[in-house]
Amino acid sequence: MTASATPAIAPPETVLATDDLSAYYGTHQAVGNVSIAFRRQAITALIGPSGCGKTTLLRCLNRIHELAFDACVSGRVLFDNADIYEWGTDPMAIRRRIGMVFQRPNPFPTLSILDNAVAAGGRRLNRRAKLEVAERALRAAALWDEVKDKLSRSPLQLSGGQQQRLCIARAVAAEPDVLLMDEPTASLDPIATAVIEELMASLANQFTLVAVTHNMQQAARVSDVAAFMLADESRTGRLIEVDDTAKLFTKPSDRRTEDYITGRFG
Amino acid sequence: MDEPAFRRIARFVSPVDRGFAAVVYGGSALFAVLIVGLFIELVLGSWPSLRAFGPSFIWKSAWDPVASKFGALPMIYGTVVTSFIAILLASFVGIMAAVFLADFAPRWIAAPLSFLIELLAAVPSVVYGLWGLFVLAPLVRTTIGPVLQHLLGWTPLFAGPIYGVGLLTAGIILALMIVPTVTAISRDVIAAIPRDLREASMALGSTKWETATRVVLPAARVGIFGACVLGLGRALGETIAVTMVIGNRPEISASLFAPSYTLASVIANEFTEATSAVYISALIELGLILFVVSIVVNAVARLMIWSVRGSRA
Ligand SMILES: Nc1ncnc2c1ncn2[C@@H]1O[C@H](COP(=O)(O)OP(=O)(O)O)[C@@H](O)[C@H]1O
Ligand SMILES: [Mg+2]
Repeated sequence: MTASATPAIAPPETVLATDDLSAYYGTHQAVGNVSIAFRRQAITALIGPSGCGKTTLLRCLNRIHELAFDACVSGRVLFDNADIYEWGTDPMAIRRRIGMVFQRPNPFPTLSILDNAVAAGGRRLNRRAKLEVAERALRAAALWDEVKDKLSRSPLQLSGGQQQRLCIARAVAAEPDVLLMDEPTASLDPIATAVIEELMASLANQFTLVAVTHNMQQAARVSDVAAFMLADESRTGRLIEVDDTAKLFTKPSDRRTEDYITGRFG
Repeated sequence: MDEPAFRRIARFVSPVDRGFAAVVYGGSALFAVLIVGLFIELVLGSWPSLRAFGPSFIWKSAWDPVASKFGALPMIYGTVVTSFIAILLASFVGIMAAVFLADFAPRWIAAPLSFLIELLAAVPSVVYGLWGLFVLAPLVRTTIGPVLQHLLGWTPLFAGPIYGVGLLTAGIILALMIVPTVTAISRDVIAAIPRDLREASMALGSTKWETATRVVLPAARVGIFGACVLGLGRALGETIAVTMVIGNRPEISASLFAPSYTLASVIANEFTEATSAVYISALIELGLILFVVSIVVNAVARLMIWSVRGSRA
């Protein structure tokens, strides 16, 4: 699993990488000069205290950041070795290949569970094809057995954890290569959290996962690689350290990482 | 052991609070009394007409003060048709404008534009009426009417002579007058839809337009419908501008180019010249009908808007 000899911009097991990426809200720089590569079919956890730019970094990866008022980006984000911020790149196409799950479950309230699951491009399908796509996605999100009898109901009748899995199904149905998750369990109870964590492990067989969490136990439990971020004096988020999760949590190479994981701040 | 589990806590309420509460409750009660009082007053005023014509007042179409024959149907028809035209035009334009203001326009356009639209709501209706009489009515007679007749003249709606004043002109004026209301409230309702939902849609690779039409508008539909009904309420009762451009003839005709009358405009127009007691009473009964319909429409609208936007309408 070492880098091959091909002189690619990023090693072949890397599907997504940032290169000197900075992100701004107006004049405030929220993320500064981050270069990080995300390994294919692995779970990378972004950890760090609140406000250190984890969400912002994640949102730069599928060009959702630019929807915020006054937002801008510098540097590159390489997806399949092409810069997604290259002039002329269609952000819609990027977003279809890099899916996202949000901090709070946000199913579409006016669509049925079925239509939520196939919301990405399911409109043109007939009912049979829709059901097929939905079943596959809902099974992948470990939700099928719980909702198969109430597919035409409103998603608002589901529990928070089920809603979040529906959102995962919705993202999975688009068949992306990468799934970005922003604290997907932050609003859930411990049991629902455990279900989602288990689900993340199974999704990693198929997708490349990047998950923000500020729960270190969770990062230690589910991720293969962990990246630690910290805001500097001007509140700009910096990438401090990236390593295999086991290594980062046992032998961090930076003092600040050690302070954070031992709970001395944050 | 046998201590009571709960003990009643004596609540201290300061005299100032008591006084304030009295004012607040008194104020609210006053409004309730006003509405009920108005209703009673209208019923008493229309009593001679109610006694003389009974319920058939509502579906009789003769309005002939000289012969003392009174039927409300032409005015009900005029009111319904002009309001319907108005709400049709205003809801389409207003919703599009609201979507634009809330989700598409950059801030430096949205802020001044919202301000202007709200100013438009403050223009006195007699000014709209003047504009309707001197600009819109001639325009309908020379341009809009003939074009519509050319395209749709085969339907009875757009057949017949075009006078300039009439149902269509009144409907357009009303639409202009209620568009600010529909736009402003719809914009607030749309803006209250969580950003999460928009982002969820955008993150699936949808365009902004798809997001607005498939996610945001459906989520906001109840409130938007409420905004339209509120506009409808205003259109139903609008008086002076309509009186100036509707032609004031108590007739029912299928053509939208024909002159007509509305409940509000007949009252405004004829009250001063009404001589007999039953004539006055018939006019008051028209007022009673308008009052009841407006209260119901407005109550429904407010409830719908509150249900989505929270109770601050
Ligand atoms: N929409 C926004 N507009 C302006 N500043 C923002 C916005 N969202 C986040 N920020 C700022 O960017 C910084 C990083 O925020 P965020 O990425 O949400 O951190 P985290 O997810 O690590 O808690 C914070 O200082 C925050 O105040
Ligand atoms: Mg965050």
